[in-house]
Amino acid sequence: MVRVALPYHLRNLAGIAGDVELRVAGPVTLSAVLDALERRYPMLRGTIRDYATGERRAFLRFFACEEDWSLMAPDAALPEAVAAGREPLLIIGAIAGG
Amino acid sequence: MSSVRVLVGTRKGAFILTADGKRKDWQVSGPWFAGWEIYHMKGSEADPGRIYASQTSGWFGQLVQRSDDGGATWHQPGLKPGEPEMPAFPNKAPNRFLYDTSSATGKPLRTHQWYDGTQHPWEFKRVWHVEPSLTDPDTVYAGVEDAALFRSTDGGESWQELSGLRGHGTGPQWQPGAGGMGVHTILLDAGNAQRMYVAISAAGAFRTDDGGATWKPINRGLKSGFMPKPDAEVGHCVHHVAMHRARPEVLFMQKHWDVMRSDDAGESWREVSGNLPTDFGFVIDVHAHEPETLYVVPIKSDSEHFPIDGKLRVYRSRTGGDEWEALAKGLPERDCYVNVLRDAMAVDRLDACGVYFGTTGGQVYASADGGDTWMPIVRDLPAVLSVEVQTLN
Repeated sequence: MVRVALPYHLRNLAGIAGDVELRVAGPVTLSAVLDALERRYPMLRGTIRDYATGERRAFLRFFACEEDWSLMAPDAALPEAVAAGREPLLIIGAIAGG
Repeated sequence: MSSVRVLVGTRKGAFILTADGKRKDWQVSGPWFAGWEIYHMKGSEADPGRIYASQTSGWFGQLVQRSDDGGATWHQPGLKPGEPEMPAFPNKAPNRFLYDTSSATGKPLRTHQWYDGTQHPWEFKRVWHVEPSLTDPDTVYAGVEDAALFRSTDGGESWQELSGLRGHGTGPQWQPGAGGMGVHTILLDAGNAQRMYVAISAAGAFRTDDGGATWKPINRGLKSGFMPKPDAEVGHCVHHVAMHRARPEVLFMQKHWDVMRSDDAGESWREVSGNLPTDFGFVIDVHAHEPETLYVVPIKSDSEHFPIDGKLRVYRSRTGGDEWEALAKGLPERDCYVNVLRDAMAVDRLDACGVYFGTTGGQVYASADGGDTWMPIVRDLPAVLSVEVQTLN
C-alpha cells in the first residue's frame, strides 16, 4: 500500500484523518498514485493537478524520501520505500498567503 | 411566517445568517469551508433549498459546492460520499471549467489584452459569481475569471462555456482591472428567457437575446477617462449592474467612476450620479418594491477604497438616480475605512424591503426599513466578498 500525506485543506475536503493508504496497480509512479487518489476521493480532482493542463498546481509540491519530486516526470517510478509504503508521498502546500 | 436567509461569502469561509420577518434577532452559522475563499453563494428561486457556492483557493483551485437543504449540508455536485468511483478524468466534473477553443463553435479565442497592452493567454482562475436559473434549480450560470460565462444544466455536475460571449469579436480588447478580469454580474430577464445581461471588468456590459448564443456590447454612453478612447465600445470597468425584476429593460450601473442608467436594455446610458459626494463605488441595488429606489455606497476614489472622512454611508435615490440622500443612522460615523465589494449588497422581498451589505472589515449590516436605519448583524467576520439574501415563506 502506498501512503500519501495531504495538506490540511485537502484532508478536510476529502474527510480524511491522517495519511491515505492506496493500492496502486502497476508501476508506482507519481501519476499512478495521483490517479488512484482521485479515484478514491473524487472531490480532490482538479485540486492537485490542473484540469486544463493536467499539471501540478503551482503552489503545491511533491516530496518523497526527502527529495523534491515536484519537477520530476509524472511517469518516473517513485522510490522503492514509497512504493512499499515505508515512506509517504508528501503533497505540501507552499507556505504563502494569509 | 416569512423569514430571511442571508448568504455571506468571505475570504475565509461561508456564513449563513437567518432571522424571522422582523429581522431583529439573528442566528449565525458557519464557517462553512473554513479557510477557503467563498466568492459568491446564491440560492435558487425555483427551489430555495438549493444553494450554489463558489469555493476557491490560490493553492487548490476552484470548487463548486451545492446544498439541497438550505445550507445545512453541502457537497460537490455529483460527488456525494458513497457514490461509485469514477475515472480519474471523467467527462463530468463539478469543478472543471474549460474554455471552449473548439473550431466547431467557430471562435477559439485564446488571448485578451494584458495590463501593458500586449496580448495574454486566457487562463481560468476562479468563479466570481453564480446565478441560478429563475425556473430550473438544475440550471445555473457561472461568471468566471478570466472573463467567460459557463452554464450547467445538471445541478453543477458539469459546465460548458457559452463561448459566444468571448467570441463575439472584441475579446482581444478586454483587459483586467485591478481585481482581475472577471464576469461579475449576471442578470436574467424574468419575462424573456432568451435575454440575459453580463458585466465584465474591464470590458463593459453585454447582452444576449438568444439565450447566450450571441452577445453584443451595450456600453454606448459610458465614458472612462483611463482609456485612450473614453467612449470606446468595450474596455469600460463596470463594477456592478442591477435591475428591478418588473422592469428588466431598466438597468442601473455602478461604474469605476459614474453611476449610470439605461432605459432601453442597455442600448444607451446616461449618468445619474447627481449629488453623490463621490461617484466611485462598487455596489448598486434596487428596492424590491420601488423600481426607482436605488442604493449605492460611495467610496472615496479608485486610489482610496474607503468611505469619505471615515463615515460609512449608504446613499439612496428615490428618483431613479440624480437625487441622492445619505443614510447614516446606525452606521459608523467616524474612523471607518472599509470597502464594500461589488457583490456585497442585496435586498429581500418582505413588505418592508430589507437591505443588506457586507464590508471588507467583516461587518454585515442590515436595514429592515428600506435603508432608514441600520444595524450590524455581525461585526467580526473575515473580509466579506459577497452578500445575497433569500426571502422564505
